[in-house]
Amino acid sequence: MEPATRLDHNHELTLKDFPYIIRWRDDRCKRCGRCTAVCPMFSIEPSVIVRRIVHSEAPIPEPKAVRQVISVVKQSTDINRYCTGCGTCTLVCPNEAIEPEYNPQHKFLFHKNRGGYPYRRGGRRNDPRLSTLDRLKFTRISMLTDPALDAGRHEFRIRTYLGRILPAEELPLKFVNGKLEVDKTSGKFIPPVREIYPVMIGSMSVGALSPTMWEGLAMGVTYLNEVEGMPVVMCSGEGGMPQRLLKSRFIKYFIPQIASGYFGWDEIVRTIPHMVEDPCAIEIKYGQGAKPGDGGLLMAHKVLKLIAEIRGVPMGVDLPSPPTHQTKYSIEESVAKMIQSMYMAWGFRVPVYPKISGTRTARAVLNNLVRNPYAAALSIDGEDGGTGAAYNVSMDKMGHPIASNIRECYLDLVRQGKQNELPLIAAGGVGKTGNLAANAAALFMLGASAVAIGKYIMQAAAGCFGDEYNRCNICNIGKCPRGITTQDPKLYRRLDPDKVAERVVEVFKAVDVELKKIFAPMGRSTELPIGMSDGISADDPAIAERLQISYAC
Amino acid sequence: MCRLVAITSKDYISPMENIIALETMKEGHDGSGMGLIMKNLGGEFEEMKGYPILSGICSRDGIHDLDEYMDKLGFQLRYTWTPTIRLTRGVERRDYYFARVYDYPDEYKDRPFEEKEDLLLRTRIALRRMGEEDESIIVFSFYPDVITLKEVGDPLQLSEFFGLDKSSLKAKIIFAQGRQNTNYAINLYACHPFFIQGYGSMTNGENTAFVPIREFLMSRGFPGYIGYNSDSEVFTHILHYICKILGYPLTYYKDIITPLKTSEIDGRPDSEVVRLLKVTLRPLCIDGPNCVIGFTPDGTCFMVQDSKKLRPGVVGGVKGKYGLMSEECGLDSAIPHRDRGLDIFPMKYDMVIVRPEAEEVVLWNQLQG
Repeated sequence: MEPATRLDHNHELTLKDFPYIIRWRDDRCKRCGRCTAVCPMFSIEPSVIVRRIVHSEAPIPEPKAVRQVISVVKQSTDINRYCTGCGTCTLVCPNEAIEPEYNPQHKFLFHKNRGGYPYRRGGRRNDPRLSTLDRLKFTRISMLTDPALDAGRHEFRIRTYLGRILPAEELPLKFVNGKLEVDKTSGKFIPPVREIYPVMIGSMSVGALSPTMWEGLAMGVTYLNEVEGMPVVMCSGEGGMPQRLLKSRFIKYFIPQIASGYFGWDEIVRTIPHMVEDPCAIEIKYGQGAKPGDGGLLMAHKVLKLIAEIRGVPMGVDLPSPPTHQTKYSIEESVAKMIQSMYMAWGFRVPVYPKISGTRTARAVLNNLVRNPYAAALSIDGEDGGTGAAYNVSMDKMGHPIASNIRECYLDLVRQGKQNELPLIAAGGVGKTGNLAANAAALFMLGASAVAIGKYIMQAAAGCFGDEYNRCNICNIGKCPRGITTQDPKLYRRLDPDKVAERVVEVFKAVDVELKKIFAPMGRSTELPIGMSDGISADDPAIAERLQISYAC
Repeated sequence: MCRLVAITSKDYISPMENIIALETMKEGHDGSGMGLIMKNLGGEFEEMKGYPILSGICSRDGIHDLDEYMDKLGFQLRYTWTPTIRLTRGVERRDYYFARVYDYPDEYKDRPFEEKEDLLLRTRIALRRMGEEDESIIVFSFYPDVITLKEVGDPLQLSEFFGLDKSSLKAKIIFAQGRQNTNYAINLYACHPFFIQGYGSMTNGENTAFVPIREFLMSRGFPGYIGYNSDSEVFTHILHYICKILGYPLTYYKDIITPLKTSEIDGRPDSEVVRLLKVTLRPLCIDGPNCVIGFTPDGTCFMVQDSKKLRPGVVGGVKGKYGLMSEECGLDSAIPHRDRGLDIFPMKYDMVIVRPEAEEVVLWNQLQG
């Protein structure tokens, strides 16, 4: 006898179990098929149904029941073809006939582990609550007793330093005729320091990003430097950089990253003799905020010709980066070997700094770096950072928020009197809700010397669909509907690199104005208000206490 | 905004000159305090230049504790000056105002001056801590040839209160501030001018970068960098840090508190140094509207403005007597017979330096170095 389950679909999921339910309007749909063609997940498909309708054609009502076979757009209940809510269908629909709707009662995570494989995805932490950064406000406003500055008229210098800064007591200076001069005979090493814009574009690799996206970002950054005079810099992410860029004079605006897979570094090292400029800095990735303690993975289907060439690997193979640098068994090793070898590669002319994920042990790392005279900065990536591919559990449940991590590291430096010697770079959720300038300024006042952004620029410059309700977030499978995180030419050709570059420039110019609008009423203009903790307040006493700032309500 | 009057002269002058000049700027201070520092003293102090003078205020119990502590350290009291107090409306009298001249403890008499300075600083801090909670001991300075007076009230009334008009107290460099209390509680330790180991300064305006600067100074490991009841105290300590701890020439004070843009630094003959200092001492950049008037141990006086020149300030006078003031009416009062056409209103790149004994005025420009 046939089991009843086959007949009543008992082991299938219902649409109510899915995070997004497609709202399709029969009356508006003209059956053009665009929506089903673009759906990256094949969540919707054309289908036919038999329908019984009551119909009348006579001048007076003569209702008759009629059976009709009609075509419809149907949502799949296959968990592997779940609707991600990206909304590409809505984007292409000529008649506003279709859109995904978020279903807050979904049971997605209960089911998205078929075959014993945990849910993997790209994007960011699915937590739509306000981050700590968005709960801080700027409360020290210059009023009457000290005139506020004019963001439009006064001169502002929104710049920061990237590099190890010697304390004044160690500067090799000598007196000559009542003036100070640098004592060249002292043999003292003065580490290289770059003056940069304090909002950087964080590490996103060629490979994780599509060629058009990466090129757009790179063009935007170069334009900002060359034309707008804004020294914005961008980190390559792991996986090397195009040779043409490495050998160009524009490499000075870029920070090549070396991570545990060392992808792309054979090519970079071979190019060093042909480089006409030094890179801005070198970032050594030890961790990533979105997936702390986990390695990277570029899936085989993203490893096409260009990527294979840049990374120096065969095409079409998975490229896993281990969670840790396998050749290093201690931080002393990491610091002594890795940082110094990278310094050596460029003749000690390029700052080298590590990036770690936010963690309660950040201070331990920091204190090891403080004792090493070569560490040029410490970049800390908080839990709200994004990634191209990770396990959902790593993204949602692992990591440390950036605000208190940066604050305690900064205060630790203050206790040692080294707050200006080792710049802290904060990342992970900066501009999570769109308030980039406010989040950045708050982090400066908590102690960061610079901030790095990733998701923000993807959303602002290329319209990334992702959000904290798990919308889209399929960067890992190479089917990015916007063409941002894919190596499929059919998809990445959707993205115009010139438009991305234009948006990058617009974003940074707007952020610059907003930063001035924050700093001017606070009476700050000449130097970045790093550690100006009297300028901010939290709307929650516990946050205020933890960050050692005031509480305002 | 506080009003500032500094006079430097080759002859001894009375502090009344400063106070009368302050009176001309009366609309600019609210009587929340007056501070007075006299350096290169005349009168009865002229013969005691090598001996440290402790300036302060004590309660009846406090003076007992102070004596006991100083005895314990081995300081020998040589001379005591106390003002002839005339009770004045608006001024609340405290028990005991003093400037006491001490001789060093025997074991310190032959030690180098740096060690003596260190002892004086540590002693002053210890006394301050002893009396901080109940305000039984308030000490402003403990240094040779320097007297400090501070009290809450209107400057002119305070001059009557202290009997300064009849006093023989004179000095060659006198700094006075009429306080307009703004954002902090009225506290005598918050009253300018501030003094540390031969360096003094007073300021008008708000210091918007106060917290990072305070944190930077307090983490230098130097015991004297404490207090900060006023956001302006950091200006004095920056001066001390730059000139005494680091040993840089005075003009680098300007380079550090108001650093040039990177493109502007290229024009400096010492651009390499200025670039390094800008980066290394970034936390000492002041950012608020501030005019700073200060002096160094050799008797050099100076005035600098913030990087946007948001506060008033003028320097003028005749050879042998110059005034550095927040407003010109004060200068007219103190040195009326000068060529007003030669008055200097320092702008954002300027540092006006008056040499010791008011010998000459130098206008140093930061762009040219």
